[in-house]
Amino acid sequence: MNRMLGAIEPVTVIEPEGAFNIPVWLMIIKVVGIFVLLVVIVIFTIWFERRVVGRMQNRIGPNRTGPFGLLQTLMDGIKLALKEEIFPKAADKIVYIIAPVLSAVMAFAAWAVIPLGPEVSMFGYRTPLQLADFPVALLYVLAIASIGIYGVVLAGWSSGSTYPLLGGLRSSAQMISYELSMSLSFVAVFLLAGTMSTSGIVDAQQKLWFAVLLLPSFMVYATSMVAETNRAPFDLAEAESELTGGFHTEYSSLKFAMFFLGEYINMVTVSAVATTIFLGGWRAPWPISLWDSANTGWYPLIWFLIKVFLFIFVFIWLRGTLPRFRYDQFMHFGWKVLIPVSILWILIIACIGGLHADGVIANLDAWAVGAGVLLTVLLLTLAGHATKRRLRRGIRGHPIPQRFDPYSDGFPVPPLPGQIAGRSAAAGREEGDTHV
Amino acid sequence: MNLTSLMAAGVGETLVFWICGGLAVVGALGMVLSPKAVHAALFVGMTMINLAVIYVSLEAPFLGMVQIIVYTGAVMMLFLFVMMVVGVDSSDSLIETIRGQRWMAVIFSLGLGALLIGLIGNGLAGSTPGSVAAADAVHGGNVEGLASLIFTRYFLAFEVTSALLITAALGAMILAHRDRHTARPTQESLSRERFRSGVHPGVLPASGSYARHNAVDTPALLPDATPEPLSVPSALRARHQAKAVPMADIDEVTTLATGGTVAQVDAAQSGDPHDPDRDTGGDL
Repeated sequence: MNRMLGAIEPVTVIEPEGAFNIPVWLMIIKVVGIFVLLVVIVIFTIWFERRVVGRMQNRIGPNRTGPFGLLQTLMDGIKLALKEEIFPKAADKIVYIIAPVLSAVMAFAAWAVIPLGPEVSMFGYRTPLQLADFPVALLYVLAIASIGIYGVVLAGWSSGSTYPLLGGLRSSAQMISYELSMSLSFVAVFLLAGTMSTSGIVDAQQKLWFAVLLLPSFMVYATSMVAETNRAPFDLAEAESELTGGFHTEYSSLKFAMFFLGEYINMVTVSAVATTIFLGGWRAPWPISLWDSANTGWYPLIWFLIKVFLFIFVFIWLRGTLPRFRYDQFMHFGWKVLIPVSILWILIIACIGGLHADGVIANLDAWAVGAGVLLTVLLLTLAGHATKRRLRRGIRGHPIPQRFDPYSDGFPVPPLPGQIAGRSAAAGREEGDTHV
Repeated sequence: MNLTSLMAAGVGETLVFWICGGLAVVGALGMVLSPKAVHAALFVGMTMINLAVIYVSLEAPFLGMVQIIVYTGAVMMLFLFVMMVVGVDSSDSLIETIRGQRWMAVIFSLGLGALLIGLIGNGLAGSTPGSVAAADAVHGGNVEGLASLIFTRYFLAFEVTSALLITAALGAMILAHRDRHTARPTQESLSRERFRSGVHPGVLPASGSYARHNAVDTPALLPDATPEPLSVPSALRARHQAKAVPMADIDEVTTLATGGTVAQVDAAQSGDPHDPDRDTGGDL
């Protein structure tokens, strides 16, 4: 890269690249290591999701294959790979094959810039637990995500069938809309960290996590990351009850497996990005950080994975709890709530930063935390008021009764908005069951 | 950096240039030559990504990433989106609408190419090309360098461009806007409409509690033992391929429905449970 540089003057390397000056074979080991780590995490996550959702639905979940059913995913994967490959007659063959490959490869690629730990010694070299780092690493994550959307869109288009096309359209609109609010939530982080490199952002959180410092950004990101991965309650692109399988309806065997893999890696990726930019990355959380060697050697990998799995658990929790959004409500939420809120918050944090630079404000952190909490409380109060007002107005002029009657008008009915299904509801449901 | 790593960097850069440059040209040609609009859009995306890689290898990582996010991620995606909405199978017609259009296009594009090569070549001829890395070093980084130029020297141009883009977006919104003369349909009004129209409002009946066979061509029985025609797919009904319900089943359901017991049913069926002569004949 410095071939033409000789004539001007020797420039010292600007990027935090010195630590990455390692031989090619070590680079390859790192690549293989990340690949294996991701595949194992995905296999574990699928099992974890089925077990946790099972518990939440009063079932047990897979528990037969291997200890605690841990090998179930592996078996399912083998079965999936041995299934018949189907090409629809109307499919555009080349694009039809490219789409799942694009989806899976891009999911892996984003992990190149995620810092998994500090400098460790590997085979005699001191090197960070990160494949590559450059000044615009987070923009790279966004770029890779935007290429990954092509996989979904092209799958929908190339299948040559209606449901996939609708699913592809939906997900492209969804991912583009929520990528906006996602990148806007990054901006406040860039402003405070003063860098776009992932390792730089982790370093900037030595004192305080950005989740505390930039609470509104964190909440916007946490919402849009669920939408960006097409997960419940935002899984409109593959709404089973409306679109069969959405964009992957026509896919089978390994090509379907690639979509499946890509989707789960994406879930892990957005969790890892959230960990990196909001939860201090690989840095140990407070009580553990008192221990001197908590942030050295290979230990940080443990803290990092724990934080990532915390997010994954929330993903699963959401799936087990919330019903799917209606499409127009979902779009309204993205464009009319998340994006304006993000822009307002960026303005506020830029003003605070500017005043701090001018010396008007002494304690930047306190002001940022205060403003963030204030804005969050204000918005949640407004949302609560809007809901209450709507409930007071009732449905078509009929006010909603406070008490929930599970047999209103002689039919078993679910609770109306604002009503709480208490003991009487559970009793009613059991009674209903005995009739069947 | 020692000499070998410098050499390696040089070789790597040359390799990246020839691979990505070649792919970019292939993408550009593919865009022009592919008859399907979606394929053309994909080729443009490929060109953009390869250009981005070249930018990154030339020490302009910010430009490279923004190139992918803006052009591949937003602009081309919007193109694809519109194409999918307008028509999935839309492909260019190769008929000339203006006579001599094709030759004119070739001549003008050759002219433009010659002009560009001439101008850029002329500009580069006398000077040794500077490197982005050296320019970055003045400001302490690629992003910092770009930021300090955009927000100082080129501030006016930057703001004017953003005003232009916002104007364009507003214009598009005004062009696409239409006044609503009727109330916007809500989920509730649509649901009422559906029930009022008289068609079966929900899922068609599957074989119900009284279905005695699970074949799709055998109808379910209603509680009063009449067969439910809607439980057989309409295609089978149209082709008169729906099966008749065995009379024994109807008897059984009738017995149960009128307060009979299972024992009575068994007694009644002890003869021939499926006497073909007693089946309800004919189509539904």
